[in-house]
Amino acid sequence: MTKGTGVRLERLTKRFGRVVAVRELSLEVAPGELVAFLGPSGCGKTTTLLMIAGIYRPTAGHVYFGDRRVDPLHPRDRDVGMVFQSYALYPHLNLFENIAFPLRLKRVPADQVRRRVRETAELLGIGGILERRPAQVSGGQQQRAALARALVKEPQVLLLDEPLSNLDAQIRLSARAEIRRLQRELGVTAILVTHDQAEALAMADRVAVFSMGELQQYAPPDELYHRPKNTFVAGFVGSPPMNLIEGEFTGDGFRAGGLRLALPKAPTGRGWLGVRPEHLGLGPEGLPARVLVVEPLGREAIVIVELSGHRLQVLVPEDEKPAPDAEVRIAFPTGALHYFDAKGRRIGPE
Amino acid sequence: MALLPRNWPLWLLLLVLITLPIGAGILWLVLTALYNQVHGLIPVGRLAPQHWRFLFEGSVGGRPSIWVALKNSLFFAGTVAVLEVLIASMAAYAISRMKFPLRTPYLGMILTLHAFPAVSLLIAIYYILRVLGLFDTLVGVILVKASLDLPLGIWLMKGFFDQLSWDMEMAALVDGASRWTVFWRVALPLVRPGILALGTFALLSAWGEFILPFTFIVSAKSWTLALYMQSFMKEAFVDYGLMAAVGLFYALPVFLLFLFGQRYLLNIYSGGVKG
Repeated sequence: MTKGTGVRLERLTKRFGRVVAVRELSLEVAPGELVAFLGPSGCGKTTTLLMIAGIYRPTAGHVYFGDRRVDPLHPRDRDVGMVFQSYALYPHLNLFENIAFPLRLKRVPADQVRRRVRETAELLGIGGILERRPAQVSGGQQQRAALARALVKEPQVLLLDEPLSNLDAQIRLSARAEIRRLQRELGVTAILVTHDQAEALAMADRVAVFSMGELQQYAPPDELYHRPKNTFVAGFVGSPPMNLIEGEFTGDGFRAGGLRLALPKAPTGRGWLGVRPEHLGLGPEGLPARVLVVEPLGREAIVIVELSGHRLQVLVPEDEKPAPDAEVRIAFPTGALHYFDAKGRRIGPE
Repeated sequence: MALLPRNWPLWLLLLVLITLPIGAGILWLVLTALYNQVHGLIPVGRLAPQHWRFLFEGSVGGRPSIWVALKNSLFFAGTVAVLEVLIASMAAYAISRMKFPLRTPYLGMILTLHAFPAVSLLIAIYYILRVLGLFDTLVGVILVKASLDLPLGIWLMKGFFDQLSWDMEMAALVDGASRWTVFWRVALPLVRPGILALGTFALLSAWGEFILPFTFIVSAKSWTLALYMQSFMKEAFVDYGLMAAVGLFYALPVFLLFLFGQRYLLNIYSGGVKG
């Protein structure tokens, strides 16, 4: 099985006219690692992926595969495989010829082409439908064919651009695990672009969060979740998102409008207090609040409460959910709070 | 049936009425070619196989053989069609897919040229052909005809290329294709409906072309069928029976092409790439 190469981006910048799509991006992907580029649409994650693939030429900066600088190279000289959101299969060719296409371009002998296409197709469970055209198979099968086409040439780097977002919710979960398993098995370095934070957290070894063309944080999923570097990451990662309250730290507490919390070892100055919905407790103790809306999710429920003029989301077990309009008490867990300064940067607690 | 308008018999009648004069013309052509004499649309006298003597006699009234004219017409129309499809595809791909300086003015120019009345260029083209030594040659007329029809062809093909997804081209590049390979192996097969439409259209247009060969060809050995037919009009006594037979012979390939090619031609108007 192949062993992937590492990928290094060095102050990578892409401008379209006056618009800066990606700004001074530096980041390293270890060999065999699966990294997710996560962010809202228009944040520069796909642009970055296309620069790694060689479709876009960077305005400035470099791309390295291992020690090899590849940014001046044509895509065909980079040894990458790519899966597109639309799958981008060739509609005039059957699945076999689709998967064989990269090999035929490399002038691989016909018997080897046949063997490698069969092997890859078997690996992905589409060995029986190779004679069909893309339009004649299901979305999930198209996605597998696209993945097979990307993997058949045993690339050093596998690029996945929203590969799951066109799938039905049911298949998406199994496809997630499937891609992860294959990537581990083949040992190929993979970069996954997604706007779905759950997908990124579930699949990736490390996640790079993008916003407005800039890297916000690059960390393993649990660090991203438990120690978000700024308010953007805090608000983007996690569902339902973290509650963020703007106010003033006073050294021994936090004040926002009528809300007053006593926090030992709090910083000073204006800033944001962050707390995840699952860390807030509804109980006999705490600050009085009123329930506005209850959204049952099945196992849990999201309770939206009003606390001294602030709206907060609280995640509670289904059987503990209060009735709408009920008066409840909210307990702030001192151990699971996040402090951000006025610019949104994390300042504690350590 | 649901697609028919409610009062479809009336519409049908209207369509029949509009088509009637053309139908009558074709009927006249067929009858005149077959019978000795035709009064109105009623044949008089016997069948007249002598109208078809041009098929067997080497030359009728000092003209070259009709087979030479047929060969010239086929060569003319075929080459024009191939040239047009080839050049229009490449130009349209570039316009549709690539950024290059003066792209927008170029697009505007294509549209202008398409609207330009070609007849007003005849004299200028005459001089150009003379200078190039292509006057009175089929190659010269082929180049002129292909050039004049190209703007329409480019515009048509651009529409087809515009519908291809960018992802697919990017995928091909990542799969290891060069831009040329993408064009030949991915883009071109996917605009096959456009190629067939333009090819059929160009073939028909060149087959029926009269004014260009008439102006730029003098020697009888380079006559196309249109010129061959026109030569009968110059005589003091016009043999309509013979002319009608030649006309029918001339129109036959067009009938056949329409029979097999009309669904491609419809693509020009509906446009669409189906996977």
